[in-house]
Amino acid sequence: MDLSKVSVRELNQYLHHDLAKAGVKHVNITNPDGAHNIAVGLDADVSVDIQGHAGYYAAGMNKTANVTIHGNAGTGVAENMMSGTVRVKGFASASAGATGHGGTLIIEGDASLRCGISMKGIDIVVGGDVGSYSAFMAQAGNMVVCGNAGDALGDSLYEAVLYVRGEIRSLGADAEEQKMTEQDIKKVGDLLKKAGFDYNAKEFKRIASAKKLYHWNADAKQEY
Amino acid sequence: MSEKITHEESHGFNRDVINYIQNASAHGLYEIRGLGAKRALPSFDDLLFLAGSASRYPLEGYREKCVTKTVLGTRFAKNPIVLDMPITIAGMSFGSLSANVKEALGLAATELGTTTTTGDGGMTQEERQSSKTLVYQCLPSRYGFNPDDLRKANAIEVVIGQGAKPGGGGMLLGQKINPRVAGMRTLPEGIDQRSACRHPDWTGPDDLVIKINELREMTDWQVPIYVKIGATRVYNDVKLAVHAGADVVVVDGMQGGTAATQTVFIEHVGIPTLAAVRQAVEALEDLNMKDKVQLVVSGGIRTGADVAKALAMGADAVAIGQGVLFALGCNNETYFQNGEHHSALADYKKLGTAPGFCHHCHTGKCPVGVTTQDPILEQRLNPEVAAKHVRNYFKTLNMELTTIARACGKSNVHHLEREDLVALTIEAAAMAKLPLAGTNWIPGVPL
Repeated sequence: MDLSKVSVRELNQYLHHDLAKAGVKHVNITNPDGAHNIAVGLDADVSVDIQGHAGYYAAGMNKTANVTIHGNAGTGVAENMMSGTVRVKGFASASAGATGHGGTLIIEGDASLRCGISMKGIDIVVGGDVGSYSAFMAQAGNMVVCGNAGDALGDSLYEAVLYVRGEIRSLGADAEEQKMTEQDIKKVGDLLKKAGFDYNAKEFKRIASAKKLYHWNADAKQEY
Repeated sequence: MSEKITHEESHGFNRDVINYIQNASAHGLYEIRGLGAKRALPSFDDLLFLAGSASRYPLEGYREKCVTKTVLGTRFAKNPIVLDMPITIAGMSFGSLSANVKEALGLAATELGTTTTTGDGGMTQEERQSSKTLVYQCLPSRYGFNPDDLRKANAIEVVIGQGAKPGGGGMLLGQKINPRVAGMRTLPEGIDQRSACRHPDWTGPDDLVIKINELREMTDWQVPIYVKIGATRVYNDVKLAVHAGADVVVVDGMQGGTAATQTVFIEHVGIPTLAAVRQAVEALEDLNMKDKVQLVVSGGIRTGADVAKALAMGADAVAIGQGVLFALGCNNETYFQNGEHHSALADYKKLGTAPGFCHHCHTGKCPVGVTTQDPILEQRLNPEVAAKHVRNYFKTLNMELTTIARACGKSNVHHLEREDLVALTIEAAAMAKLPLAGTNWIPGVPL
């Protein structure tokens, strides 16, 4: 599908309806030129290659499909993803994997602000750094950061667990560093292997919720 | 000499204020509660209709036709929402309300030919099955939000804010987070659950354009997209929502309800619905989008007169939340279970309140089974009986609405207009930009 010749609407219409009927298992999208909403709402056992940069919400709410962006991705790549895999070969803008329920998001470069915000079960592996406020209010799932993390990492975390290999500029409210267990090391190792990154899982720090804000109380300071 | 006890109460430090200060000093916590603003505010009560007489020709109240059909979402969607009446059920979450209540609302809305709306926490199977036409909310928290339910929706409502707490997120206290609610929200059971106050994947109106397009792409441009705002800077917010591509704008005034929010928020943030609706209509008119983008108004709508006034001010429809709760039995002395009425007074007393005063939705211990997840309390509300009460309530509102419309000479409730209204107070006249009754004076508008 050549996005210089068909519209995003035509592309998504094809992906939502015609693909399954035709039994197509692979779709190659050329000339994306940063268009928004490419391949949103996929729900099919198909692999999709986007040959270039994608705009906002590429592969948003993905189910089942495996999507590779051979370039950079705009805000909200794979937002609210349910299952499948989305791989960004370049960098990802803000809110990558936001509210994702499942599946795996792999970003080979850096991810900007709010990566994994409100994540609900997705696994996110970032080859480079993540920006500030990443994993804000993250509820479930795992985030593996091979580089550094910005300010307020994991602010107001729930049950999601974050693993960071590099430096963390600061932790957010109720996030704390905890001891890496053998289970953590295995989990990080498995995710690194899946992502194709060759790092030692033992080098990562575990960040999780201290659970001091799980209940509203008078002793919690207002300036956390 | 006899001793005389004086009872001169301070205006600034009256008993309510003293009680507030003493509670604060005892607990070091602000109050969280349910329902909406209790303070006196300029409202639709401050407007009156000028019915037909010699200069206007009324219609016969019970016989002549008066159309109530309402269509929402005509701008871009392939399948706009067609309602039998301009009165809808506002978004209220499963979590704050029981599954039985959500089912009851669906049953009532279906029978009435109107819509009900999901809330924070996602779509329950019960409400989807019972609702012919269901609006699915896309909230900042995205609790329970998923593409399968999105595609089952008849319309999508992007919630930016809520009248009871514009700029604030919700708080569902741990006692209401049972296993089902926790599962739908992907949270541990029993924690005090916060809802985010801003969306995770867009930050401003330019982003919202793209977000709305994503939702349209997801649903193949079939269903309308609403944008709901809590009433603050309404004129600008409505303009931005229209520019972002909304089919319908929902404006929720500060009298709107909530399941649990800080009292300071409920009583001190936002503007009254009366002021909000006028600003919203002005925004649509200034963009030349009136009747192209539909306006739904909510926040303290109680009666058919309120509905008629909202429509006359320029709304296309209203949404009701708290009124629906009261129709379901909220604040009733009794509940109806196993074919008979039972007193709920003792349970109100345990909460430290009484019928007519209860706002303890946040506790999950609703004595009449409306705002609870307690397996025993929720049985106090039978979905079919409750649906009948909501149906009767809305039917009454619709009859009152058409009665007023006919008296004003309108054969269609959507023909009600600002010229049919006057204001009772200077404040209402200024907010609504309507003449003070018996004068041509609109404060701020040169004669």
